[in-house]
Amino acid sequence: MNRFAQLFNALDATTKTGAKTEALAQYFRDAPKPDRVWTIALLSGRRPKRAANSTELRAWAAEAAGLPDWLVDESYPIVGDLAETIALILPPTQTRSNLSLTGWIDTLIALTGQSIEARRAGVLAAWNSLATEERFLFNKLITGGFRMGVSGGLMTRALAQATGVDQSQLAHRLMGNWDPATTDFDDLISDADQTTSTRPYPFALASGVEDVAELGPVTDWLAEWKWDGIRGQLINRPGAFALWSRGEELITDRFPEFDVLARALPQGCVLDGEVVVWGDSAPAPFALLQKRITRKTVPKKLLADAPARFLAYDLLELSGRDLREAPLATRRQALDTMIAALPAGLPIAASPVVVAPDWVGLAGLRASARDKMAEGLMLKRLSAPYHTGRKRGDWYKWKLDPYTVDAVMIYAQSGHGRRATLFTDFTFAVWDGPDLVPFTKAYSGLTDAEFRQITDWVKKNTIERFGPVRSVPAELVFEIAFEGIAQSPRHKSGIALRFPRMLRWRRDKPVAEIGTLDELRALL
Amino acid sequence: MAVKPVLSFTEKGIYCPAGDFYIDPWRPVPRALVTHGHLDHARPGHGAYLATHAALPVIRHRLGAITADGIGYAEPRQIGAAQVSFHPAGHVPGSAQIRVAVGGEVWVVSGDYKLATDGLSEPFESVKCHTFITECTFGLPVFHWPTQAQTAADMAAWWGRNAANGRVSVMGAYGLGKAQRIMAMLADHGLQGPIYTHGAVEPITQILRAQGYSLPPTTKVAGPVPTNALVIAPPSALGSAWAAKLGPHAEAFASGWMALRGVRRRRNLGTRFVISDHADWDGLNSAIRATGATRIFATHGYTTQFRRWLEAQGYDAGIVATEWQGEAAEGEPEANPE
Ligand SMILES: [Zn+2]
Ligand SMILES: [Zn+2]
Repeated sequence: MNRFAQLFNALDATTKTGAKTEALAQYFRDAPKPDRVWTIALLSGRRPKRAANSTELRAWAAEAAGLPDWLVDESYPIVGDLAETIALILPPTQTRSNLSLTGWIDTLIALTGQSIEARRAGVLAAWNSLATEERFLFNKLITGGFRMGVSGGLMTRALAQATGVDQSQLAHRLMGNWDPATTDFDDLISDADQTTSTRPYPFALASGVEDVAELGPVTDWLAEWKWDGIRGQLINRPGAFALWSRGEELITDRFPEFDVLARALPQGCVLDGEVVVWGDSAPAPFALLQKRITRKTVPKKLLADAPARFLAYDLLELSGRDLREAPLATRRQALDTMIAALPAGLPIAASPVVVAPDWVGLAGLRASARDKMAEGLMLKRLSAPYHTGRKRGDWYKWKLDPYTVDAVMIYAQSGHGRRATLFTDFTFAVWDGPDLVPFTKAYSGLTDAEFRQITDWVKKNTIERFGPVRSVPAELVFEIAFEGIAQSPRHKSGIALRFPRMLRWRRDKPVAEIGTLDELRALL
Repeated sequence: MAVKPVLSFTEKGIYCPAGDFYIDPWRPVPRALVTHGHLDHARPGHGAYLATHAALPVIRHRLGAITADGIGYAEPRQIGAAQVSFHPAGHVPGSAQIRVAVGGEVWVVSGDYKLATDGLSEPFESVKCHTFITECTFGLPVFHWPTQAQTAADMAAWWGRNAANGRVSVMGAYGLGKAQRIMAMLADHGLQGPIYTHGAVEPITQILRAQGYSLPPTTKVAGPVPTNALVIAPPSALGSAWAAKLGPHAEAFASGWMALRGVRRRRNLGTRFVISDHADWDGLNSAIRATGATRIFATHGYTTQFRRWLEAQGYDAGIVATEWQGEAAEGEPEANPE
């Protein structure tokens, strides 16, 4: 754990990207290989199975420190992190363990599923043999949320520096379902049977556009509707058919109507697109799609009432060949040709291109986005490759008002009157560097059914109660819409929103990808 | 008839009716007994001050022309019907706890204190009393200080690394107490180069040196400094235009609050050293036990939580509100009391 603690301290001590990259690259050169694999996994949001829940951890720590539970509870909001609180209250240790990061993770994995006594004994023994800082990291392995201020891009850059493998190839290899417990470092970074696997490509992401007039001639751009669905990647390789969400979740089984595409689509192709529920001529409201993604298995009736369709934006692989370096114009043409050759009646279409002679004309069409059940327009440079992640300059989202931001719920409070039994008033946070900072409250915009579901979740996941308010793990992501934004020195975030409300529950969006305070400040 | 308490808590501060004086008052009063020179304890505008001989030079420096009287440690003084004496608090050079006895009833006001000896301040002495008014700036069980020897070694290593990389080391530390403690402990551990000071640190350093406290030589920054220098400056100078003029440098911040990762990251201050002139959790608890007091009042810090803890330990516990708590949200580490 010592080498990992060193890395953590190095990352924690600086906000400079260069220094973080250097520290991480050094670690990827000299740390034990299994530790490197686990570190990649932890930094990309994976973690070993939980050996204990936070209630158990708190109780065991209070007992070990000889403190009443309430005092641990009172300390937690001041420290701001449960793993750290526990590390700090425990009495100092005499013995020191030399176990590696992987050794500790194996210990944790061995504890999962055991009796509470066995797990308690295992965790106490670990606390007893670790220094305060290592204890904190050990606790983080259990509670999760290892961000260390390292973005996916920074991690792959460091890994590229350390291994000499191209960064975007690495980003691709780290996608999808790999188990850090059984994956070898060299296999992970080398190109093992990529084309036959279901491994997705990293999604290209768009940034918000301020002034389209600055984008140059409209003819340089491809405009398409920005659908309000689930961004997905459809993979049809020999023996492997898969649908991935942008959150790197495999959702193939949730959309059985796409199974016919495995035979219909040519072998060795990968499509980027949007999964929507299809009405007569336009996508149905997002709420219907919502029903689909919450079900792991889909009842026949729902399948008939809310049929899904894949609206393809882009072709990333054809005949097993990676097309991402080709310009969008070429890829789009290949996509159209491929879709046109398909038999009729399949649940797939190329997402229509929106054409206007100039930006004013395009702005006019954008204004009609709501009628099309779209959120606005996407603008993609016709000469651009398919980038890994967000690269400013080639992909823009040109959304309709209102402003929106994806945020994570951190506090929940029960409502009033009719909704007194439900948790309906939420406090939301966005990233501020490596921290989550609360920035707004919202209490409307969801259906009663959704509020009921969230209420159940809040009850099961309460970390702490402050009177009527409960703190919850930062896990549920919502899209928050608002009409305006102003500076507010009274608020910790420094900003205040006008008319914030929940637009929808983003079950497809990982917490790592919610908005940032800088993004919001840029709107001021 | 109920006996009047030795000390009462008023909106001007802690008041002794038997001696008609206040202790560390925050509003102007005719007569103030002051535990030490930090500005949340020694405020301007009082009619007359009483403080230890060791604390007075800095207090005079900070407050200008004041009417003040000095007193030795453990020297008894009768003020009205109250017998008063000052006892080392170990917080900063010259700092004291104030003992007030009225008709056999003894109260002690701790001021700020720490139990560990820092090699500079007069070491803390436990004073038996019936009622103990204790600070609890770090009154939560998450605060456990490393030893000074450990911190000195870490600081020296950081300084040496910076010097080797051609970077000046800039240490943010409070001007009275922490700054001098750091120079003294580094001198004791082994200096890596010359020590320079910010204009807010140098005068106090000179005053304390003139009083006889053993401090290494320092030079006030007045232009370029050698790259192997350690510059000690108030925390507000970190990241400032003043610091930028020092050229390539590394910054660090020395404070008990640096024990919390969240505070560290909110303040975004380079390297951090956990070092405090206040008692940590174990320090507070053992100091309280040692007084033999059955009644404890908590002030300065996490008073609500600390009082509840004391009650659970069987003490008759209360809270003394301070003006500082009224201004800043309670338990807000950013307020950083000295
Ligand atoms: Zn103070
Ligand atoms: Zn003080």
